[in-house]
Amino acid sequence: MRTKKVTFRHRWLPYLLVAPQIAITIVFFIWPASQALYQSVLRQDAFGLRTEFVGLQNFARLFADPLYIKSFFTTIAFSAMVAGLSMLVALILAVMADRVIRRATVYRTLLIWPYAVAPAVAGVLWWFLFNPTIGIAAYALDQLGYDWNHYSSGSDAMALIVIAAAWRQVSYNFLFFLAGLQAIPRSLTEAAAIDGAGPFKRFWSIQMPLLSPTVFFLIVVNVVYAFFETFGIVHATTSGGPGNATNILVYKVWRDAFEGLNLGSSAAQSVVLMVIVIALTAIQFRYIERRVEY
Amino acid sequence: MANISIDTIKKIYPGGVEVIPGLSLDIAAGELCVLVGPSGCGKSTLLRMVAGLEEVTEGEIRIGGRRVNDLEPAARDISMVFQNYALYPHMSVFDNMAYGLRNRRMPKPEIRTRVDAAAGALGLEGFLDRKPRQLSGGQRQRVAMGRAIVREPAAFLFDEPLSNLDAKLRVKTRVEIRALQQRLGTTSIYVTHDQLEAMTLADKLVVMHAGRIEQVGPPLGVYERPATAFVAGFIGSPPMNFLPGEAHTTGVRLDNGVDIALPGLTGGRVDLGVRPEDLHVDPAGPVELSVRVVERLGATANVHGRLAGTDAEIIASLSGTDLPAPGDTLRLTAGAGKWHVFDAAQGIRLL
Repeated sequence: MRTKKVTFRHRWLPYLLVAPQIAITIVFFIWPASQALYQSVLRQDAFGLRTEFVGLQNFARLFADPLYIKSFFTTIAFSAMVAGLSMLVALILAVMADRVIRRATVYRTLLIWPYAVAPAVAGVLWWFLFNPTIGIAAYALDQLGYDWNHYSSGSDAMALIVIAAAWRQVSYNFLFFLAGLQAIPRSLTEAAAIDGAGPFKRFWSIQMPLLSPTVFFLIVVNVVYAFFETFGIVHATTSGGPGNATNILVYKVWRDAFEGLNLGSSAAQSVVLMVIVIALTAIQFRYIERRVEY
Repeated sequence: MANISIDTIKKIYPGGVEVIPGLSLDIAAGELCVLVGPSGCGKSTLLRMVAGLEEVTEGEIRIGGRRVNDLEPAARDISMVFQNYALYPHMSVFDNMAYGLRNRRMPKPEIRTRVDAAAGALGLEGFLDRKPRQLSGGQRQRVAMGRAIVREPAAFLFDEPLSNLDAKLRVKTRVEIRALQQRLGTTSIYVTHDQLEAMTLADKLVVMHAGRIEQVGPPLGVYERPATAFVAGFIGSPPMNFLPGEAHTTGVRLDNGVDIALPGLTGGRVDLGVRPEDLHVDPAGPVELSVRVVERLGATANVHGRLAGTDAEIIASLSGTDLPAPGDTLRLTAGAGKWHVFDAAQGIRLL
């Protein structure tokens, strides 16, 4: 492939044009990331008067801390549930939308709206719905005989943040699933229908395998989202409680730094998260290039 | 083996668009029926209604005497070859062919036997483990054929199965399809927009236009005696020439004043049709052609030009080496019985 070569008359113009992007990257990524790396090998006393170099001690302590390990598993469970729930709901909606012919754009547009809602707002919204005293969803559950209280029940709290986090992601997943489904030639499902496959068999044996690249891509995107972008939801609803039941890694980073004032440990946790996001991104790039084999 | 009968069916899309305004057709058991027509004439819609992929708005379709209007495609005992082959890209050639049999819970050994037999008949033995994307266009087409024949259905439906192949392969595969269909003796409906394909394949040729059947008959019968001006212009390549004129009891007077004697007419505006290959050079011939372009095809040459004194375009297929040059004037004639007279307004055959 030939690349287009643009020639600028002024030598400084290209640099000027990329400067804003470089500046943003430096201020909001390179600088904080290097600060985190630097802080992660330091330890301060409780009053912030003395700072000493401790090497990898912060990391060693972290992985010896049962609370941190618990938070790790909480996060894994949380992201698996968010990815699973949001993808399942999105897939069902996409399969139904794929069959809609009239007013399809209206339906699609409405389904995309939740993605425009900020995570914290989504959190508040679901917090109101599930509030044990004033929430309509909690009231409905109460009528059904379930005593919902995410202030006292760890599993209720987890369910709340999973629902709030997944709800927003459904829109995004829906778009990709719908595009994926519409890219499958209609004649394939028609051929399968003539070959004697019912609607469910057609879905499982024809559409689903052909959607597998989309599924893989969305798993990575949703896990990244659940790991790193759900701070607002947790902060607005459960604040990590009750009893650390919803204290996911990204929330713990913030809490240890700004409530526990343990900057060294918090920085070490950020570095761990950074490694995870780099690994996930690497996996994603590797497979997006090659596509998943089907 | 089963006959297919289509009884005054209509297709009206939800928006009120009437694609097929009432059409009947009977296809005998074992017959290869070709539906041909320009794009948008409703031939694919008709085929898809027989397959069960489109709802029938009104009327009845029967396969082997059984009403199939409300049956699922799978229950109609048909198989279909699609224009884009519709092979399952994630399955091997074997699995592609076996899919329909597995769905019908056929025992494994029998699936194996049938797929092997079909692969043998189509020359696909070495490719059973490959994925469709590892095959050439012609091989994919044969896999699609294989998937249709392993089921041993009552009828085959072909939806322009050759239009994605190159010209040479198209001719070769056309012959193979004909041979296969004759050997299996399975009733078939074949949709194409290519009149040459239609002529060579059909037992029964159905020419469609705007959702209606223009003419049904054996290919040569349709070629020799087209029922309408549309059929006359559609079947045959290069297409039939139409010379406008006025009918009289003694014959047709062309618009340039030349008379062509044809008894049996009454009167009115007509189009006098004559096929390019039926025209030949005759110094006393009535048709005077001012030559514009000469296309040499090897065995023959197509001479394009205008009927002297009119705007009517004429093509004459001439053989031999003594060909005219652009700017020349030729005198042509056609043998008795090679003239076709159509009503100018209705397009209906008068003679």
